[in-house]
Amino acid sequence: MGEFKVHRVRFFDYMPSGIRALAFNRDTERLAVARDQGSLEIFNFSDNYCQEKIFPGRDGRSIEALCWVGTRLFSVGLDGLITEYDLENLRPKYAVEAYGGPVWSISCNLQGNLLAVGCEDGTVKIFEVLDDGIQFQRNLDRQKGRIISVSWHPSGTKIAAGMMDMVRVFDAETGRAALRLLVERGVGAAKNKEVVVWSLAFLSDNTIVSGDSAGKVQIWDGLMGTLVRSHFITKWDVLALSVASDESSLIAGTSEGLVVQFQFLQSSGEQQDRQWVRTRTFKNHSHDVHALVLTDTAVVSGGMDTQLVVRPLLDKVEKNTSESELRKIIFPLKSLVSCAKKAGLLLFQFPGHLEVWRLGESEGYGKDGDRLSVKRKPEKLIHLKRKGEDHISCSALSPCGTWLAYSTVSCVRLYRLQQSGNNISITKQPVHLLAPSEDGKWLATANTDNEVHVYNLKKLKLHCTVPVYDSSPTAIAIHPMSSNLVIGHADKQVFEYSLGQKEYTLTWSRKLQKQGLHPHWFERDTPISHISFNPQKPSHILLNDAYMLCIIDQSLPLPDHKTRLCNQNTLRGLPESERVQHSHAFKICKRFQDVLSVSFQEDESLVIVERPLLDILSQLPAPVRQKKFAT
Amino acid sequence: MVEHGEIRVVHRGGSKLNFRQPIFTHDSRFLLCASGDGVKVFSASTEECVHHLLAHTGLVTGLSLRPSNQLQVFSCSLDGTVRLWDYTDGILIKTFSIGCPIYAVYSSGSHDGVLFLTVPAKDDKKSDTFRLVAVQLPQSPEQFVEAREFSAVLEDVSSNPAAVSFGRGGHFIASVNNLQLEVFFFKKQKSYRFYLPEDNKHGQKNTFTCTTCHPKEDCIATGHEDGKIRLWRNFNHKKEYTYSTHHWHHTAVGALSFTPEGTNFLSGGGESVLVQWRYNQETQKDFLPRLGAAISHISVSPDGCLFCTSHSDNKIIVIHSYIKISAVIQGLVQGDRIKTDLIVDPLSKALVMNGKPGHLQFYSLQRDKLLYNLDIVQQEYIHESGLNQFDVVKADFDTGGKWLATVEERKQNSAELELNLKLWAFDEQTQSFVLNTTVSAPHEDRVTDLSFSPDQTTLLVSTGNDGLFKAWTLTAPTAEDESASWSCDFVGSYHGLAPQCCSFSADGSLLAVAFREVVTVWSTVTWDLLTTLSQPPGDIRNLCFGRQSCSKYLLGTTDKNQLCCWNLLTCSLEWSTSMDVSLLLSDPLSENMAAFCSEAGCTDLFVFRPSEPRPLFSHKAVCPGRVLRAVFTPREEPLEGSEEQLQWINRSQLHFFSPNMELLTFSTKAEEDRLTASSKQLVIDDHVAMTPFYLLLGKRPQTDAREVAAVTDRVQPPQGSSAIRELLQTPAHVLPSTSQLCSMFVQSLLVSTADKREPTNVTEEEMESEKEEEDSEEEETSRVTAIKNQDQTRDPKDPGLTKAQTRELRQLRKLDYSWVGALVEF
Repeated sequence: MGEFKVHRVRFFDYMPSGIRALAFNRDTERLAVARDQGSLEIFNFSDNYCQEKIFPGRDGRSIEALCWVGTRLFSVGLDGLITEYDLENLRPKYAVEAYGGPVWSISCNLQGNLLAVGCEDGTVKIFEVLDDGIQFQRNLDRQKGRIISVSWHPSGTKIAAGMMDMVRVFDAETGRAALRLLVERGVGAAKNKEVVVWSLAFLSDNTIVSGDSAGKVQIWDGLMGTLVRSHFITKWDVLALSVASDESSLIAGTSEGLVVQFQFLQSSGEQQDRQWVRTRTFKNHSHDVHALVLTDTAVVSGGMDTQLVVRPLLDKVEKNTSESELRKIIFPLKSLVSCAKKAGLLLFQFPGHLEVWRLGESEGYGKDGDRLSVKRKPEKLIHLKRKGEDHISCSALSPCGTWLAYSTVSCVRLYRLQQSGNNISITKQPVHLLAPSEDGKWLATANTDNEVHVYNLKKLKLHCTVPVYDSSPTAIAIHPMSSNLVIGHADKQVFEYSLGQKEYTLTWSRKLQKQGLHPHWFERDTPISHISFNPQKPSHILLNDAYMLCIIDQSLPLPDHKTRLCNQNTLRGLPESERVQHSHAFKICKRFQDVLSVSFQEDESLVIVERPLLDILSQLPAPVRQKKFAT
Repeated sequence: MVEHGEIRVVHRGGSKLNFRQPIFTHDSRFLLCASGDGVKVFSASTEECVHHLLAHTGLVTGLSLRPSNQLQVFSCSLDGTVRLWDYTDGILIKTFSIGCPIYAVYSSGSHDGVLFLTVPAKDDKKSDTFRLVAVQLPQSPEQFVEAREFSAVLEDVSSNPAAVSFGRGGHFIASVNNLQLEVFFFKKQKSYRFYLPEDNKHGQKNTFTCTTCHPKEDCIATGHEDGKIRLWRNFNHKKEYTYSTHHWHHTAVGALSFTPEGTNFLSGGGESVLVQWRYNQETQKDFLPRLGAAISHISVSPDGCLFCTSHSDNKIIVIHSYIKISAVIQGLVQGDRIKTDLIVDPLSKALVMNGKPGHLQFYSLQRDKLLYNLDIVQQEYIHESGLNQFDVVKADFDTGGKWLATVEERKQNSAELELNLKLWAFDEQTQSFVLNTTVSAPHEDRVTDLSFSPDQTTLLVSTGNDGLFKAWTLTAPTAEDESASWSCDFVGSYHGLAPQCCSFSADGSLLAVAFREVVTVWSTVTWDLLTTLSQPPGDIRNLCFGRQSCSKYLLGTTDKNQLCCWNLLTCSLEWSTSMDVSLLLSDPLSENMAAFCSEAGCTDLFVFRPSEPRPLFSHKAVCPGRVLRAVFTPREEPLEGSEEQLQWINRSQLHFFSPNMELLTFSTKAEEDRLTASSKQLVIDDHVAMTPFYLLLGKRPQTDAREVAAVTDRVQPPQGSSAIRELLQTPAHVLPSTSQLCSMFVQSLLVSTADKREPTNVTEEEMESEKEEEDSEEEETSRVTAIKNQDQTRDPKDPGLTKAQTRELRQLRKLDYSWVGALVEF
């Protein structure tokens, strides 16, 4: 594998923001995730849960709820706006004022022509969905107190709305309130506190399921307005509910970080005699579970601890496959770190500002695993605040360390860093730039349609298009010497494409495809986030995902399916002579965890930026106190 | 050496009550409990043992009420039979011979005439895999029926009866074994298997421990090694089954049970806490803590009013459904091992041994009942594993039963050993022992033996590993206000060797102390060393003086497999024989001695007289393993034995503990017959002869009912009385004083004596019927036997009796029947 001097960078105090809302589109299998800072992410569940698009946030924008209407995505927030998003240009398309104060919830009927939003002033407003926008239709009967949650009956004739202390059922056609379901308050001291119906689900058999702040999940008869069953599941709040598409199962998320599953089961032999029974409990979060989606095969949950957890239901998927594994998605796919190779500078991207750090220096050499003493400590050079309200969407630093660029939804800015001694000043030059280039001649671009284009920057025209593969590329890079394009895909496939021949390289890529990658390689659950090359050894390709670092040595034979993929430790135990015949092309290092970025320096040292999960957790507010046995 | 077929090793007294789940009878009044070779019927309210059903010749391993007749119960046993009993009368109705050891029996209402039995999977009896078979019970009028036609239902089941359960109306059966749950549907004849992974990430064990099924719904509850309870649903699908997990217990779940309506379920385990869970509201739980010992079984009465838990310290607790203890049935407390020797309290004739931690228990073998626990250590016991706490290691009574000496010890680590010698005086007033003297650290090292002198002088000798033996005597009080206390009188040693055991001669004049391989004989009056006896090689393990005519002999066993007998008059070895004696003890009421010898992994018993070379009695292989604790207990009434070989158990009975903590004894055929005489073999009502007793008892219920009706007719409501009318209508200010009114009012309520016929007779009969209700339970069996005996002694009377005769007989009935009981024995 070769040994490297590694800069283990842990001073990037990147803090992802908590998940506020989730919406799943069952037709396209896209999941929209809204975070606390108003940013929005879209995941493609059909393609290895790959993060497809990111909408950067904006100051003052908050998203309380999300809703898909066909392939269109709407959000509402406490700013009182209903926003539709432009999924191609990754920016909000337009925003409509609801005129009801902060908006708490949004729900679309099954037919996809009407939107109901619940407002602070106690109204449920119906909006009509038009081709080019939405239009206010009317208000339902105004209630006292805010409307926290809204749910349509699948037939579209009724709407249930959750409020303080009660659930109201409206007739959607007349707008009249038909039923009032009183939700019991908590016991003891909570008796004087209003109970909030955080979440609602209206099922096609006229059952209403409510989750409230007294920790109850209640099943109501929506025709008669009677309580059928009350499940007391937590001492804290039940914040979210989600029902499976066949209405045989539902899940509830609580403030303790629990997700509780209920199933509609036959209690005895007869088909009719079915009831909602609490079955499984999942504990994957340390903090509040704010949003939940129950897909056909998995429980998707997100909350304050910023992780998106995909927990497959083992009765719905094949056991012991990559499908049946728990996934936690923490870091964005897009790199937040860029590294100036020659200058030894690092650029960290935050939503509101950029930071430039100079790497520390160390002296001496040590054995594998040794910690070298630091001669010069890393220092922060620049703290650059963005202009305007939009959050930074991407940023880059040139290899020489003199150019710095960032972009928001509306503009791209390029800065020149002037470094003389320790005095740094910035001069601003507005320049249009498309994408980072590798060595100045070629420019490779990949888009969400899984297309990879290569442009010749000298001639400023399209050079070629790589054959489209059915999984989206997660990392691309052009080899500095051979001008081969290396592409890593969301399904962990790796290709090498020769730009000269305009085809996959015969010597390596086709051989790899013929033999196939090692099965263990496909079991990794985070995508390849970065590809880089060793300037000294052209045959080495460096890949990394969040939990490992892999060097592919193209000169060595590919691993057999029977050999162990991760064999560095066994190799170390072998004598020199045998080591050669056992070594193969994939050299994997798992010493570094929660890796955000890996890049080579000019002097053949590695910069690895880690963000340990414990650091993120320690910055979160304390979770609700729970009594733990034997403590 | 002669083998005696007539003497058998039996479980009698002190047997386990917690071996199998007790079951409630259909009216929730009685509790049926497998106990040793028999079945005990306890009253759920009074804790009394009402019947003892004895007929099995092996350990009873299961009970099940007959679904078609709730007044009958099936019991199965390792002797390969299933027996059907009428438990209200204690009568054996039928015996089904199955032909292989049975480990559990189940029945279900939807499978009439079929019993489900757990039997070894292979025909060889040693196999440790089991299967569940269905046995069609043959319809035959005979009492002894062979039922050998099996059909296998489930293979590879657990032998634990809690691992199999019938679901909702007997539609399916659930069985757990290791990590597998198997559900078999009878209608579809299809079974589903569900597996749990061996260990999950946190190193917890998923092994199933028990299962039970919801009575009304399709739900199976299973308990697990790591304390979780899983509720399985949707198990009629291979893949879409689901379960919910509830975790309260921190050790393995020992028992699980649903209430009859399925609204609650109960669980218990090593925490000795009964937990009541609301079905479908599992976050709400009720607890009954501090039950004293780990819960091994839970059962619920059919009306749901009573629960009953079996505990590892051999007790059954009956609990009201509002989680309150109503009765405790305590058997012989059996800890993990007995540290004290078995001793007999001379006053109460009770067996005394370690009971609860830090206690001595007094257990009456005659009545098969725990009398009381005596707290010796008088310290709080902390329930935590791996904690060294004080425990009683030695105890002895003096001959009169006035004094009890105990030694308790605690070994913290190898260096520190805490010892206390306590002497307890019997207090006549409170009828219990009161602490008199505490000697802390009576010896530097472990106390190896403790013995009171058998004569009337109060002399106690203790031997310790520190090489000393000490004699303790009761000294008179020095001051007026002090009471007599014990102090050390003499310290003896012999060449610095550690004494292992000591024994007093029958008259108390000699004390023999064994130091390694040397036996020293001391005079207890002068404390002179009289002589030494030695028979190398081998250290002395047991010492015993002969009794009565053999009191000149001293017997000793060595760990080099020698049994030696010395004659103290000649101070020479009388005889010796080579056998590996693990325990030697003498009968205090005769000159007999019993020696338990280990031979090829089994224990043999020899009973002999020191003066005679031939053993009186020998019994090969009384139990597997070494017997280390045994005792001769005196009988209340001596047996009238005929044969010479059987005479040794006439006056006292030999009880011993097998290595797996079962209390066993020896019993003759005649004795067993006498005991089973009460539970007669199938008495059918029609065959009972017409005796005056039958007339009284048999016809009684109908006449009672008629008379009660007559009584209710006669009582007049008092509102028509003129006294009350006067009282209510007169204005208050003209009424006489209340004391006058009161007597008038009470008189108006009394039934006048003049108006009805035979009033005295009526009241008398009322009283009688009440009385009969009270004592009917206990006396039922004795009456049946009484009838039988009357049958033999008197002529059957004419059924038509005159009224006067009936009255005479009624008076006869009030008499004491104890003389009839005496008749039976002769």
